[in-house]
Amino acid sequence: MPGAPGVMTQVSWPELAEIVGKEHLGAATAADAIDGVEAQMVAEPGTAEDLARALRWAHAAGLKVSPRGGGTKLGWGNPPAACDLVLSTALLNRVLEHAWADMTVIVEAGCRVADLQKTLAEHGQRLALDPLWPERATIGGILSTNDSGTLRVRYGSLRDLIIGITVALPDGTLAKSGGKVVKNVAGYDLAKLFTGALGTLGVIVQAIFRLHPLPRESRSLSFSGAPEALNQLLLAIQSSKLTFTGLQLRAEPGSGRLDVRFDGTAAGIEAQVNQILQIAGSSVPSDAPANAWTAHQAIWEGAAPALVAKFSVLPAQFAAVCALVERAAAAQSLAWKIVVQSVGAGYVRLEGAEPALHTVLVTLHDELARMGGTVVALGCPLAVKRGLDVWGPPSDAQPLMVRVKQRFDPDGNLNPGRFIGGI
Amino acid sequence: MEARILNEFRAIVGAFGLITEPEQLSTYECDGLTMFRVLPLAVVLPTSTEQVQAVVRVCHREKIPFVARGSGTGLSGGALPVANGIVISLARMNRILEVDLPNQRVVVEPGVINLNVTARVAPDGYFYAPDPSSQLVCSIGGNVAENSGGAHCLKYGFTTTHVLGLEVVLPDGALVHLGGRTVDRPGYDLPGVFVGSEGTLGIATKVILRIVKKPEVIQVLLAAFNSTNEAGAAVSGIIAAGMLPAAIEMMDNLAIQAAEAAVQANYPNCGGLLLVELDGPAAEVETLMEEVGEVCTKCGAWEIRVAQSDADRARIWTGRKAAFAAVGRLAPAYIVQDGVIPRTALPHVMSEIERLSSEVGLRVANVFHAGDGNLHPLVLYDSAVPGQDKLAEKLAGDILRLCIKAGGSITGEHGVGEEKKMFMAEMYAEPDLETMQLVRCAFDPENLSNPDKVFPRPRLCGEKPGVYEPHPLEVAGVAQRF
Ligand SMILES: Cc1cc2nc3c(=O)[nH]c(=O)nc-3n(C[C@H](O)[C@H](O)[C@H](O)COP(=O)(O)OP(=O)(O)OC[C@H]3O[C@@H](n4cnc5c(N)ncnc54)[C@H](O)[C@@H]3O)c2cc1C
Repeated sequence: MPGAPGVMTQVSWPELAEIVGKEHLGAATAADAIDGVEAQMVAEPGTAEDLARALRWAHAAGLKVSPRGGGTKLGWGNPPAACDLVLSTALLNRVLEHAWADMTVIVEAGCRVADLQKTLAEHGQRLALDPLWPERATIGGILSTNDSGTLRVRYGSLRDLIIGITVALPDGTLAKSGGKVVKNVAGYDLAKLFTGALGTLGVIVQAIFRLHPLPRESRSLSFSGAPEALNQLLLAIQSSKLTFTGLQLRAEPGSGRLDVRFDGTAAGIEAQVNQILQIAGSSVPSDAPANAWTAHQAIWEGAAPALVAKFSVLPAQFAAVCALVERAAAAQSLAWKIVVQSVGAGYVRLEGAEPALHTVLVTLHDELARMGGTVVALGCPLAVKRGLDVWGPPSDAQPLMVRVKQRFDPDGNLNPGRFIGGI
Repeated sequence: MEARILNEFRAIVGAFGLITEPEQLSTYECDGLTMFRVLPLAVVLPTSTEQVQAVVRVCHREKIPFVARGSGTGLSGGALPVANGIVISLARMNRILEVDLPNQRVVVEPGVINLNVTARVAPDGYFYAPDPSSQLVCSIGGNVAENSGGAHCLKYGFTTTHVLGLEVVLPDGALVHLGGRTVDRPGYDLPGVFVGSEGTLGIATKVILRIVKKPEVIQVLLAAFNSTNEAGAAVSGIIAAGMLPAAIEMMDNLAIQAAEAAVQANYPNCGGLLLVELDGPAAEVETLMEEVGEVCTKCGAWEIRVAQSDADRARIWTGRKAAFAAVGRLAPAYIVQDGVIPRTALPHVMSEIERLSSEVGLRVANVFHAGDGNLHPLVLYDSAVPGQDKLAEKLAGDILRLCIKAGGSITGEHGVGEEKKMFMAEMYAEPDLETMQLVRCAFDPENLSNPDKVFPRPRLCGEKPGVYEPHPLEVAGVAQRF
């Protein structure tokens, strides 16, 4: 039996079928495997209550559960120690309340990002976030992986946009925190705790967000040059009074780009473009290509095998990271590419042989830690992940994180082993 | 408190850092909410992380509860001591440790005064965005604990958005680093949980802040309406037009009268006054300010002024900033509440407040952060009149219930503390509160750090919670010292 060997002798799946409905339970296939770990069954509960009951049942039966949204990032994290049941939020896909006059939305976790945005656009609004693969990714999935994109520099990341959450815990408890007002300090902020927790504490079933208006006008410019010069320009723009809604650096062997985006009124944009020309001096920009702002997604495409890792550093360190990656990649004959947002979060892609990718990942973990930054391997072949923690070295808060995990999931049933330090 | 423990504290913080005399202890018996007073057994004033850690280790070993204290300006009794415990004041840990302008980070000790952060970086054109009205005196540690807000948080976000990392002494004395200088550190978002936890999860000994560049221009518009409903409609109109002002503040007639009497802000005598601040690129602010003016006129504004200069702007803001204190001129005492409602519920909630207020015969002045629906109703009363304080407490409580019913919150920025903990059981269901307890139990299984605050009922970690029994109406607080 796949999953935790020896844990269960008899699983009474018909009981689960009774809870979620026969039509919502099926046998897992190879396509449902997570990093090669095959589950036995996939459940798609039709309501949050059913999902909570299913979780409680699985908990009682001692089964290992992996929550799943759109399935776009199932390979993120370490391989699970075991997985018996995939619990899908696919059917919890409704936009429950778009209070457009209050600029808030209540949405179920299985709703796809693009579907939500379509609904919000009817009133000229959006969730001001451009995560990966919005056509397929779900709200619960982007929350659990703390995905973000290029808008973050202006509107913050998910932790700044989420104002309420409902979660199902392993014991079947459905709990809420926050609410539908943008300002609220009553009680602990569980929405932040669950954002980025990779489904290891509970299953997100519903979220409430604050919204922003769609921009009136938008214009983007792109500068080219060497990473060092572009890094300096980025810092200059960042310390100016310009109010950009996107600022990113892209680099690959022999080429570098700095993209900047302005949203707002036509007059405001024009004035800002004039100012940026002054700041840039002799460096003359062109209009940024339409695909500049999906570069964080495009970096996931290309030749295999490859490693895509997320890194975080300080804005003044971007050029140093480019140099570091270039050096490490050259030593192993790997192709490389970087796209990083001015807030300090970016992706690096490395292409080449698996052992070389593994070696470079180990180097990056060490070197970025030395710089005070972090790097997490997200997309890569299983062989590259073997023998290391994709999250990098744990901090002195690891024992506290373990205690948090133990309180929420005392038996370690949710996504065991996938999170940092084996959580 | 046993002499041997006091001696141990003295050895850690020095004689100058330990207070045990009742007269001196009384300085620490309450925070800004003076209706709750408890004398602690001792107060320690550490000057370093190591000292905080050593003191907390003693507390943990001896099972002595402790309450962290910043500047003591809290309005919900958060820093209220516990009778069998000590207060750990962070006031002497007040150094700005590092300013990193290129990366827009500032590292501070918790006792640093909020405004001092901005003062330090202002010469370089930066500011620290969260701006509680108490920013001249309140501490960053207190801001972190309360997730404090201010008028400009509508656009810039609350304290939690601006805190990237924390050094924390956990209730067992362990030192941990949550978050850091860079964003998205791997692992659980524990800074996100710690900010706003009201001192119940440990003591912050270092805070990494994000600073923001000052906008190119700032303009404030003042608009006079006949009623708060009309002013409220203008707020919705501004937001619906796709604008995100830096601040939108509203005052009703009673609050205007008070402010006029106190600081002669030269406000028009109207039913609803709106202050709208826009900031950003000059060309954009110009255009949008015209649109704001049009929206206001359409909603019935009969006087509109736009302040262009810094001096004009400061004058317009004086009245709003002085409003709380000024209300003290209208009545011997008042209770300030901090409820939040969805913006669109404003007309309904305002008329309900008016109804409740005339039913009990007590006046309510209203000052609020209209952009994010954060009300500060001020319930005026005279404690010399028998029974009026109780009436006022009941009215303040009923206003919070209105907020809950409208889908809002019992507190937008002042925190739950001691004052509103019974209302938590009205706002949240029992499973929600139990789930929050899981967090506390992970950080503080022995319930030593600011115990018995925030949650309606003390619980032991590991205890199986029984059926919740509703408590009688919790006493709402009186805040007289502004
Ligand atoms: C006139 C006036 C106006 C105000 N206006 C606003 C406003 O506009 N917006 C707003 O949000 N608030 C406002 N407040 C409330 C208050 O100023 C804030 O809550 C402030 O953040 C409290 O800071 P403090 O240093 O005084 O904290 P204290 O009152 O000393 O403590 C507050 C809480 O923080 C905890 N604490 C303190 N330091 C630490 C630490 N280092 N680690 C862990 N926990 C700690 C305490 O235990 C307590 O629970 C106002 C208060 C007054 C008196």
